[in-house]
Amino acid sequence: MQRIGVFVCHCGTNIAGTVDVKAVAEALKSEPGVVISTEYQYMCSQAGQDLIKAAIAEHKLTGIVVCSCSPRMHEATFRKTAAAAGLNPYMVEIANIREQCSWVHKEMTIGTEKAIILGKAAIAKVNLNAPLTPGESPVTKRALVIGGGIAGIQTALDIADAGFPVDIVETKPTIGGKMAQLDKTFPTLDCAACILTPKMVDVAQNENIRIFSYSEVTEVGGFVGNFEVTIKKKARYVKEDLCTGCGLCTEKCPQKKVPNEFNLGMDNRRAIYIPFAQAVPKVATIDPDYCTMLKTGKCGVCSKVCTAKAIDYQAKDEFITEKYGAIVVATGFNPISMDKFDEYAYSQSPDVITSLELERLMNAAGPTGGTLLRPSDREHPHTIVLVQCVGSRCAACAEKGKEYCSKICCMYTAKHAMLIRDKYPDTEVYVFYIDVRTPGKNFDEFYRRAVEEYGVHYVKGMVGKVTPEGKKLKVQASDLIANKQLHIDADLVVLAAAIEPDKSARPLATMLTASMDTNDFFTEAHPKLRPVESPTAGVFLSGACQGPKDIPETVSQAGAAASKVIGLLCKDKLTGNPCVAHSDELMCNGCSTCANVCPYGAISYIDKEFRMPDRTTKIRRVASVNEAVCQGCGACTVACMSGAMDLKGFLNKQIMAEVDAICK
Amino acid sequence: MQVKEYKPLIVAFCCNWCSYAGADLAGNNRLNYPADVKIIRVPCSCRVNPMFILRAFQRGADGVIICGCHPGDCHYTSGNYYTRRRMALLFSMLDYLGIERERTRVEWVSAAEGAKFAATMNDFAEKVASLGENKRLEDLRCKK
Amino acid sequence: MQEITRDILLERAEALLADGTVDRVLGWKKGEFAYDVTPAVFTTADELRAEFVWNDFCGANFSKYLIKETAKKDTKVLVFLKSCDTYSFNQLLTEHRFDREKVYVIGVPCNGMLDPKKVKDKAESVLSVTDNGTEVAIETLYDGIVTVARDELLPDRCLNCKSKKHVAYDELLGTEGDVVANARFDEVARLEAMTPDERFAFWQNELSRCIRCNACRDVCPACTCEKCVFDNPNSGVDNKAPANEFEEKMFHIIRAFHVAGRCTDCGECSRVCPQSIPLHLLNRKFIKDIDEFYGEYQAGAEAGSRAPIVNYDLNDLEASEAVERGNE
Repeated sequence: MQRIGVFVCHCGTNIAGTVDVKAVAEALKSEPGVVISTEYQYMCSQAGQDLIKAAIAEHKLTGIVVCSCSPRMHEATFRKTAAAAGLNPYMVEIANIREQCSWVHKEMTIGTEKAIILGKAAIAKVNLNAPLTPGESPVTKRALVIGGGIAGIQTALDIADAGFPVDIVETKPTIGGKMAQLDKTFPTLDCAACILTPKMVDVAQNENIRIFSYSEVTEVGGFVGNFEVTIKKKARYVKEDLCTGCGLCTEKCPQKKVPNEFNLGMDNRRAIYIPFAQAVPKVATIDPDYCTMLKTGKCGVCSKVCTAKAIDYQAKDEFITEKYGAIVVATGFNPISMDKFDEYAYSQSPDVITSLELERLMNAAGPTGGTLLRPSDREHPHTIVLVQCVGSRCAACAEKGKEYCSKICCMYTAKHAMLIRDKYPDTEVYVFYIDVRTPGKNFDEFYRRAVEEYGVHYVKGMVGKVTPEGKKLKVQASDLIANKQLHIDADLVVLAAAIEPDKSARPLATMLTASMDTNDFFTEAHPKLRPVESPTAGVFLSGACQGPKDIPETVSQAGAAASKVIGLLCKDKLTGNPCVAHSDELMCNGCSTCANVCPYGAISYIDKEFRMPDRTTKIRRVASVNEAVCQGCGACTVACMSGAMDLKGFLNKQIMAEVDAICK
Repeated sequence: MQVKEYKPLIVAFCCNWCSYAGADLAGNNRLNYPADVKIIRVPCSCRVNPMFILRAFQRGADGVIICGCHPGDCHYTSGNYYTRRRMALLFSMLDYLGIERERTRVEWVSAAEGAKFAATMNDFAEKVASLGENKRLEDLRCKK
Repeated sequence: MQEITRDILLERAEALLADGTVDRVLGWKKGEFAYDVTPAVFTTADELRAEFVWNDFCGANFSKYLIKETAKKDTKVLVFLKSCDTYSFNQLLTEHRFDREKVYVIGVPCNGMLDPKKVKDKAESVLSVTDNGTEVAIETLYDGIVTVARDELLPDRCLNCKSKKHVAYDELLGTEGDVVANARFDEVARLEAMTPDERFAFWQNELSRCIRCNACRDVCPACTCEKCVFDNPNSGVDNKAPANEFEEKMFHIIRAFHVAGRCTDCGECSRVCPQSIPLHLLNRKFIKDIDEFYGEYQAGAEAGSRAPIVNYDLNDLEASEAVERGNE
């Protein structure tokens, strides 16, 4: 039996004005377990707290009920008071007789009656309370960043700067991501490579950072502070430690007809290649799909020319297992496929290109050396049509496009229009838009410059059809403001394709038990207040894997994610919330229903041996809650049919006792 | 002759993060609602087991209301979505058994919606009161 | 009359016992009366030949028995499953209730099992029952032979058979059937169309007959908890005998809720109810609501599927809308 103390607070006249506090204290005296019931002016004051502490000592109290303001206000205060007096802080219950009683009722009799009932409910609950102790778990002081684009790079650099080791896993042979493919960046028009490549070098030179390029995560186990991750290093057939990146092999390789993915297939590379000049790590990679040596065993040119003896045709995939305290997802985005957008003739004409392809055509290191030429005949285009929202904000065409706004297209289209007009003043540039969205620092000014200074023709309306005819592209469009149909003979059509999360994100989310929305963007722990954390503790989000964003936003989110990681890695051990779910193994069916509803992936299953009454042993599958991961929502407790799963601090029988006390 | 006014007994389960805070805000703003409403704090609306609801009716409650964060705003990201499905099915079942549907309700109340909390409770208490005592789902042994 | 004869089942069971594939056979044996068939475990061919029964009264769903029968190490049990039983089988696999490797499933086609209660309604003092596929001849002690159309003796669950298709087996005897169209929700819809007072009266009448024998729970393939809440003094809902009307309702609502999304609508609850309470109408209400609110879902159709009640969609309907819709 508990020995319970009841402390009724006047809160000046806040409570005492509508509740007869003396009558409440008196009425609660006779409740089961109550050994002392008293009232005081301000329980939260030092004198009030001292009164509670003295009572705990004097009456050897095992639990206390404070009838006062909302637990959201002073539960923490009274828990500390209890702890200072040697009582477990979770043996404290609050009856909210201010916000939910004295302040909302006017009559003294009604207020007093309700306060007594609320007090009884709290006493009924505390009678069933048990001391709770928060669990502790150690923290592995190493972070994993999945994805080596600008988001991953910035996160890794920030974490490494704080002194923690970081590993970057990147599926491509080099880090750099999408930003490495861009020409100029808005709204400042500085060159992407000029600002990105120094960061890539920083990553390579940082002692705290290891880069696993041409690698992928294949398995994730463990939980916050204690993840165990398996990384597959794909065979690149070149020894990374020996290759000097001289590039001789990439010049001598006889297989010249490999589409160059870095330039989006607009030119060719060799079977052994370095994606671009500033690649990090600057190491060659053999493409096994095209290498004659790997396919037929006859060639070996690269091996012959390599003075560093770095070529290894026998290389196999390697698997590395490493422990991490935190994981940052920075898997980024891709433009959606244009295959289904036949109205724009993307598949029919090489002169209908995507915006990312335009970036490469404008880039000095691109397939045309930076001169804007039509892909079909390498001639200079004079009339250029830029189409915004291709597949974005496309609720009606959900099977080919996306419902959401891709966010970056308005700005990069303005950038493209401006750059084209700047370099080739003899061109006419049309931009078709639904809306122009420019919320960002210096963004609207940037767009206004495109219209006002550079004379770009912005047309509100969508392009209905693009038809290749001879050397021209017949563009049929509507001008909604002038309310007329437009027919433009264009030389080049550029589609601002919607962006979508990288395909690797979905299987990764499953491994991480991190949740995703219907578009495969990772979900935040809270959309406003915890935007860089995933609901799964210890998993953080950086960049476009969480939603479309531009470079400045990505970099700031990357920094935010890094600061969260640093905050976690600084700790030697993690202290959990003790009000977590707990499964009674004897009652558990092992049915997995609870794991289905757990938003945190906190529940796993183990096969456990049970001694049966007849002295045989039986192996049963039972649920086991990871207390470091559980956040205590209680979804599992209702999903559990047998009632094996219960929530500490809010036990089934405690809530039932409250119901009973209220309904008595 | 004055007839004693019938007072319904209402149990309100409120999630800690939104609705309980909403109820507190109603208090801060001194917005009245009937004292017949007694609040039980749960971490999330998804903690509410149908057994708690039936238990309340068994013990003589006349109405049970569950309040949680608005869909999309759950502190635990998805708890209220489970609540929504569970309660949709449970309430539909109670209705199927002929229990008055006005006795049960799910309402989404945010921490900023003190006024909505008070208005909801006023409305719910009024509806339940108009039904009279809960006779279809009570355990007579629990009545004194 | 069933498509596959007893001899064929017997032959397969003996062969699988003989070659060591299985060491036990879960089957039926004769009870006290002609319509009374009871589940049994056989370990030898002799036992099988002497007692194994396969006839129109082999309605029992064996899926649940597998939890106990697979508990021992290094054993394998042969089980005969009708199409509807295989749904329960899959559902139990979904819930990891037994090891698939320890079971050898023979799918047996079924054209409906006769309802002993209906047989007894038609004839008194039954001696034997013979079935030619369309008509059933009931031999009685005093009234000679009573002939009844077969359909008249089928229970609701067979009249509204949801599937002749076996969704799980190691070997299938006879021909594979299909999921069949049925009118199983008609009765639920009829109740929904009543006024709340009429519904209350209907259920009050039905459930007040409940004697809390727990037969529905004990036979239910979805009720496999290690410890049932109704037997657990700490659950707050434990009780044995119903003291008044509320407890019957509480018991049946909670039971139906606990199996919601997991109930395959096998109809065992109604089959075994000694008071003939149409318990399947509670489960079917949940199934109908789930289908209507969240899209069609058949528990057990696929092992490993996720039930709608442990899932959600951002655009789900609200509880108040559900009550409205469920009532349309």
